[in-house]
Amino acid sequence: MEGNLPLIWRKFGERYDLDGNKCTTCGTAYFPARAVCPQCRRKGKLVDQKMPKTGKIITFTELFSGPAGFEHETPYFIAIIELDNKARLLSQVVDSEKEKVKVGARVEKVFRKISDIDPEGPIAYGYKFKVRD
Amino acid sequence: MRNVSIIGFGCTKFGEHWSKSFRQLIAEAGIEAIMSAGVEGKDIEALYGGSMASGKFIGQEHIGALIADQLGLNPIPATRVENACASGGTALRSGYMSIKSGEYDIVAVGGVEKMTDVGVEQAAIALGGAGDQETELFHGASFPALYALMAKAHMDKYGTTEEQMAAVSVKNHHNATLNPKAQFQREINVETVMKSGYIATPLKLLDCSPITDGAAAVILCESSKAREICEQPIEIIASEQTSDTLSLAARKSLTETKAAKIAAKRAFEKTKLSVKDIDFVEVHDCFTIAEILAIEALGFCPQGQGGKYTEEGKTALDGEIPVNVSGGLKGKGHPVGATGIAQAVEACLQLQDKAEKRQVKDAKIGLAHNVGGSGATCTLHMFKALEGKK
Amino acid sequence: MIGIVGYGTYIPKYRITVEEIARVWQKDGKAISKSLNVKEKAVGSLDEDAATIAVESARRAVSHAGIKAKDIGALYVGSESHPYAVKPTASIVADAIGASPDLTAADLEFACKAGTAGIQMCMGLVGSEIPKWIKYGMSIGADTAQGRPGDALEFTAASGGAAFIVGKKKEEIIAEIEDTYSFTTDTPDFWRRQQAEFPRHAGRFTGEPAYFKHVMRAAEGVMKMVKMKPKDFDYAVFHQPNGKFPIRVAKMLGFEREQIEQGLTTPHIGNTYSGSMMIGLSSVLDKAKAGDKILAVSYGSGAGSDAFVLKATKNIEKNRPTSVFEMFKDKEYIDYATYAKFRKKLKSL
Repeated sequence: MEGNLPLIWRKFGERYDLDGNKCTTCGTAYFPARAVCPQCRRKGKLVDQKMPKTGKIITFTELFSGPAGFEHETPYFIAIIELDNKARLLSQVVDSEKEKVKVGARVEKVFRKISDIDPEGPIAYGYKFKVRD
Repeated sequence: MRNVSIIGFGCTKFGEHWSKSFRQLIAEAGIEAIMSAGVEGKDIEALYGGSMASGKFIGQEHIGALIADQLGLNPIPATRVENACASGGTALRSGYMSIKSGEYDIVAVGGVEKMTDVGVEQAAIALGGAGDQETELFHGASFPALYALMAKAHMDKYGTTEEQMAAVSVKNHHNATLNPKAQFQREINVETVMKSGYIATPLKLLDCSPITDGAAAVILCESSKAREICEQPIEIIASEQTSDTLSLAARKSLTETKAAKIAAKRAFEKTKLSVKDIDFVEVHDCFTIAEILAIEALGFCPQGQGGKYTEEGKTALDGEIPVNVSGGLKGKGHPVGATGIAQAVEACLQLQDKAEKRQVKDAKIGLAHNVGGSGATCTLHMFKALEGKK
Repeated sequence: MIGIVGYGTYIPKYRITVEEIARVWQKDGKAISKSLNVKEKAVGSLDEDAATIAVESARRAVSHAGIKAKDIGALYVGSESHPYAVKPTASIVADAIGASPDLTAADLEFACKAGTAGIQMCMGLVGSEIPKWIKYGMSIGADTAQGRPGDALEFTAASGGAAFIVGKKKEEIIAEIEDTYSFTTDTPDFWRRQQAEFPRHAGRFTGEPAYFKHVMRAAEGVMKMVKMKPKDFDYAVFHQPNGKFPIRVAKMLGFEREQIEQGLTTPHIGNTYSGSMMIGLSSVLDKAKAGDKILAVSYGSGAGSDAFVLKATKNIEKNRPTSVFEMFKDKEYIDYATYAKFRKKLKSL
């Protein structure tokens, strides 16, 4: 994925270790962190919180045609994952046999390269998930 | 109360325009619209131009002024409107609001996208910007991937089949053969769709709208004035716009497009009309599943039944509620920023009884539904023909 | 008292057999596999590099040690496939495991022994009076070893890594480091120049004057310091560029086959370069019981060996991580074409 360095850098906490936040008023966890709780708005109180590293697949797709920067990675899985605290995120699912990638499958976070398209440019690392056996 | 009507419209052929540029396309549609409106350029007081990603596609921003310049309309205020794939619908609503407010009486609204000047992978990046760059596109989730996630969820929840989605494509390709401006002019069948390769399971190539160049434009006028200068003005009887979370993962439901649902509810409440009063619908079928989600959200069929409803032919040109008689985004083509305006153009053609082979009989009221991203923006417009000057 | 408080290993899922590589070059795979004593090697996926492998190893080590990542005061990553020539892998790891920002960190390079050099550096910092604040040091050996297509090294050059956390609290130490000794000379048996894509080696010169000489002298040196003989050890583990060299060097030093078996991992996953001896040592720790004595000797071309004498404590039996041999089972075989794609050996990648 194209992107200038500061754009990647300021997301390290989020992408390396699932830094998010939580509204202590209603208990909802947010990933990525939100500036305001959409449910409680000014009554909400957001505190930083790391997301759990495991969850389950809600839905998924296998891509056979990827956008620029991902052409060589096809086919690959993209899934919406619900973490154990109910926060949802979108992620690639890797290192998992096709038949194990299914709705409800337990997954755990892994640390991978997300994009590395310019041999002389910066590498963007971040989260992907893999199905737990 | 001031109302707003369309008094002129224009649309280029949709397709791959190798020899025509962005500015040539919008000039062609714009000039056609102005000419058909029977007004002078000097009568136009403002311009709104919709384009999703001209910067990514052709390296050109600042297209409001560009369009006004190309149409010879300087020095009127000219504004670019961007709301991803709903840029056209939002430009239309911007023009509508500007007249509604009393500021202007006659306004030009256009939409344009020139997509073939970049390769498909770059186009995928440009379109991916309609989703959440930081949490979707960054991770390799192309636009088809986002709709594929919704399609899979819909299939799992309601038993929607790939064949039912294919039926959307078959119908829209058929309708496109009746529309000389459509990109595709060939019939396909369910088998053709099923045999086309997967782009993002369960979506196949023929479940996806194409990369298209094209432009469309309409001239809006305050309704009482419209009656004086136009034989058959098309009044915009409802204009709604809603938003939802940018990222798909943040939504409570993956199988309902909430923004569309709320927009439809508001429009029907305000007009005191119901789905039964609608004679034809242009919906945002960027993917076949999107049409299924749309007809469910708008209330034309029960939630979860969109696939079955389509398969039974109820959305065909001669069905209970003709959907995407123009060919839709799938058959007519999807020059992103132009799409919302092209839907309004189709509504005008139908309501003025000029849609020829694809004419819906006795069409009185039409509805257009334009979506940005995976559903983060929805615009909804309803149209009705007025009696104009004799 | 200084010792290991936790360790973690990461081995990528994918495997290519020596026979599959030999098939492409029309060589006798069975014979090569037998002569190297390597069946298959671990291959990192397209999205893995030394940094991702280091992070996964480091996370497992932190989790095994049961410490706070923030208490790691020194972090070193030894590799010869650092993703950047300039820009540390260590800072990526520190951020990813949540150890930053209060720590010292650096990348190390000494062919296959940079990770063990890091362990020695951690020992120094953790045990030192100045600075006092470093509670734990972590050293990682991680590589996505490069082998030139068609070269002999291609049969063994593998991806993988291991991380060790060094601490000083008696109640946390699972294996006390009783002593360490190193033997270093300028012996250019294997190298990669700054702009070169693949390393080069000096053929048979890598054996006797390089690997064997350095490993033996380091092993003998440390044994002399602690006044021990091969028979006094329960386990011995050596750098293993293939499955043959460690067996031979063990024999030359006077060790029995049983003493090295548990630490012999290269036959199953290939030579993970900086990870090689460290993964072998992890496997030994998986099995070691309180009181067991371990000799561990690394080797890095260029050339040097770091030798360690360790003694397992009773803490080692309290909390066993998933064993290295258990990790070998999570695998998927790939063909040469996929391997070439994953490791970007195709020019267009």
